[in-house]
Amino acid sequence: MSLRFQRLLLILLTLVIILSAVLLILYNTRENVSYFYTPSEIEKSEIIIDKVMRIGGFVENDSFNKISSSSFIFKITDEKASILVTFKGILPDLFREGQGAVIEGAFSDSNIFNATNVFAKHDENYMPASIKEDLKDTGYWNKKYK
Amino acid sequence: MKFLVNPNKFNKVSNYLFKPVLVLSIILFSLGLLFSFYLSPDDYQQGSTVRIMYIHVPSAWLALLTYAIMTIYSIAALAFRIPFGFIINTAVAPIGAVFTLVCIISGSLWGKPMWGTWWVWDARLTSVAILFIVYLIVIFINLSFENRVIKEKVVAIFILVGSVNLPIVKFSVDWWNTLHQTATISKLSKPSIDPSMMTPLIIMTFAFMMIGIAIAILRIKTEIISRKLNLS
Repeated sequence: MSLRFQRLLLILLTLVIILSAVLLILYNTRENVSYFYTPSEIEKSEIIIDKVMRIGGFVENDSFNKISSSSFIFKITDEKASILVTFKGILPDLFREGQGAVIEGAFSDSNIFNATNVFAKHDENYMPASIKEDLKDTGYWNKKYK
Repeated sequence: MKFLVNPNKFNKVSNYLFKPVLVLSIILFSLGLLFSFYLSPDDYQQGSTVRIMYIHVPSAWLALLTYAIMTIYSIAALAFRIPFGFIINTAVAPIGAVFTLVCIISGSLWGKPMWGTWWVWDARLTSVAILFIVYLIVIFINLSFENRVIKEKVVAIFILVGSVNLPIVKFSVDWWNTLHQTATISKLSKPSIDPSMMTPLIIMTFAFMMIGIAIAILRIKTEIISRKLNLS
């Protein structure tokens, strides 16, 4: 084995070891690395009142209600479980029913989540606005695109 | 392809390459910006704000590509004793740092109207912030040692350690729940972006690439000269 090859092997081996160490750390702390919990993860675990956390999912269809001009109530769902959320403040532009959202706040009791911050989440699909109109006109608009 | 490892050959080839690359980058930028602002449609959800993508995504790709190039040259320099690798590391680190900064700033400007926040500490944003810090540390190590032989080895080793972050940046959106959306363009599936929006994205990526190469040529030549004169 030539010296060059030995050095290359040593470098690659070191990289693999460092990478696996970092990935092991990240894998074992994945609950803290994840930015939010999904509603079904929350349903499975015990709800701690007043603990600040983030929930992510979709705004459930026909669940959005305006109580006053800056006070809203809606449900966040991942199609398996859903959570009732109340929020006072300004909603981001992209926030609408069927759209992804991440909610920051705490449970005020076991089934109402009081949001302090609402972030809209958008998906990886990009499409010209005119195509949406065309698809709607011809009846091919897939509701899945939201 | 000897010019990629031999400073003298690099000097000769880059003399021919520099002007065409610069002209090409100017043409691509004019064409790309024209497409980005006037010849591409509004997004069905994000409206006009989607145009930030044509700056944000190319700079993100090139930030990662620049680091990947530094990683390959570090391995070559350390394992195969190719000193040109050290020259590359010193020359391109600031270019990668600028690409990362452009990516972070344009991302913030995009995040505020779309997500409702400038910045969150989710896995993708945090790992890109770490990438930026790693670039800065590489630049600082480059500036700090007096002994060049020790310095360039420390830089190369640090680059290799930092390269662990690359797969984390790339896959962060798949491995964890993040506010940042998942990849639009991957090799395994059809891209979920309309061709009319793909065109400016591709043109801008090549424009960023060409301006990056042009600046890199200048910096690499400067580095070669300063080593010949024993300035650093």
